[in-house]
Amino acid sequence: MKFLPWRIGVFIAAVIWPLLWLYEAWSFALGPDPGKVLVDRLGLGTLILLLVTLSMTPLQKLTGWSGWIAVRRQIGLWCFAYVVLHLCAYLTFVLGFDWSQLGVELRKRPYIIVGSLGFLCLLALAVTSNRYSQRRLGARWKKLHRLVYAIVGLGLLHMLWIVRADLKEWSVYAFIGVCLLALRIPLVMSRIPRLYKKKPVSVA
Amino acid sequence: MLIKLPKASDCKESDVTPESFYLSRRALLGSSLAGLAVSSLPRWASAEDAMRYADVEPGKAPTWFADKLPQTKWQAVTVKGEAITPFKDATHYNNFYEFGTDKGDPAQNAGALKTEPWTVVVDGEVGKPGRYALEDFMKPYQLEERIYRLRCVEAWSMVIPWMGFPISALLKQVEPTSKAKFIRFETLQDPKVMPGQRSGFALIDWPYVEGLRLDEAMNPLAILAVGMYGRELPNQNGAPLRLVVPWKYGFKSVKSIVRISLVEEQPKTTWQSIAADEYGFYANVNPQVDHPRWTQARERRLPSGLFSPNVRDTQMFNGYADEVASLYTGLDLRKNY
Repeated sequence: MKFLPWRIGVFIAAVIWPLLWLYEAWSFALGPDPGKVLVDRLGLGTLILLLVTLSMTPLQKLTGWSGWIAVRRQIGLWCFAYVVLHLCAYLTFVLGFDWSQLGVELRKRPYIIVGSLGFLCLLALAVTSNRYSQRRLGARWKKLHRLVYAIVGLGLLHMLWIVRADLKEWSVYAFIGVCLLALRIPLVMSRIPRLYKKKPVSVA
Repeated sequence: MLIKLPKASDCKESDVTPESFYLSRRALLGSSLAGLAVSSLPRWASAEDAMRYADVEPGKAPTWFADKLPQTKWQAVTVKGEAITPFKDATHYNNFYEFGTDKGDPAQNAGALKTEPWTVVVDGEVGKPGRYALEDFMKPYQLEERIYRLRCVEAWSMVIPWMGFPISALLKQVEPTSKAKFIRFETLQDPKVMPGQRSGFALIDWPYVEGLRLDEAMNPLAILAVGMYGRELPNQNGAPLRLVVPWKYGFKSVKSIVRISLVEEQPKTTWQSIAADEYGFYANVNPQVDHPRWTQARERRLPSGLFSPNVRDTQMFNGYADEVASLYTGLDLRKNY
């Protein structure tokens, strides 16, 4: 497998945070409401991983290094793993497994509806992330996976509706998200400069 | 990387007895042996009162506060069958947006706040308006300990032993005129020490303003607090003077008060101005009326452990219905949330 150490490095960088947070929660380092802290951190982690996934293609264009694309699927799947944990933490610590209440929340709270939509979209992308689906879906696969742009919007809206009084942090993520989406405009994408020229094949 | 796994028998840093407690043990022993009246000696008195609750960080009480301690009516109001929230949690999990929006921000940033000297302005529809140094403002009042449930609008709750005096006692001093219908409170505005007030992205129009109907303020449960856990208020909890209204959501209990006004019209309060559909003027704890973004039927009583989430039903008027429900007879609480 190409880029094996790089892939393993990305794996470790992604898996380490939930383990660290779990350890912190277990050792009472997350304060009196550790469940809520876990929900928030996992949600933010999902958004960050989503933005990181979206920055792989521009980075590849910019540097010409194909290692970025080699880990794109892995990071996308980590994004899905985080959102699953986020959802589980929400069901456990905020809802306390009150399923009837979940029905109420799903009907009444716009941010829950938007979050659930985002989750379903991520689920669809995760399920079809394997080679088999790529082959089966053919050209439609690419179209389906453009859903990721909509997920960024859903994720940012989901976060915006939780903000109570200060938009600073949200604005930072929204700005990055908008930039990454703007790079998808073909006219912009084609103008990304190549920082390094490909090394000329050395001739002895 | 060195990974240290603690043994089960190891002491954590948080288990270490603070040096001041260790030393004050002698003062206590000495005082009891000599049969001295501890209360007559302010220095020892404060050592004793810091011991009322476990793991209380001793503060630096201003003289006027220390002088009031011996006459304090301890446990004037208590809650039955509920555990008091640990001091560490009550002082490190706070909403005080002037110092930042994270729960840990106030504890981290409020140290810069200078609470001595402190001035309180009383104005508006009162017979005796004035501008008081806090020690003069506090002179007429005897401190009472009130152990109250605190229910935050964000659906978490605590139980906190406050020390303060009823607002009704203040109103007796300042003599409201017949025009006074509401009482309005204002928090300090000082962007130099309050980083939240410097943020260009804040939705809040500072200073923070809250208010009560006059009859609500006259209810014996409504107090102005200057202390908690047997000591003066830590800065992050609203030192040196704050409101505590236990049957309303926490955001009504405005902190670090600099101005108290008696007014004719219902004051424009901070959260109501930001989002009137989410935060009403009354803000009574009510499990039947949801916040538009989440349910108010239940609450997380803190500390709520990871493996033993402490989720419980929220009570009408936060459990104070017997005392306050009569204030709202005939009022549609769904409309006046």
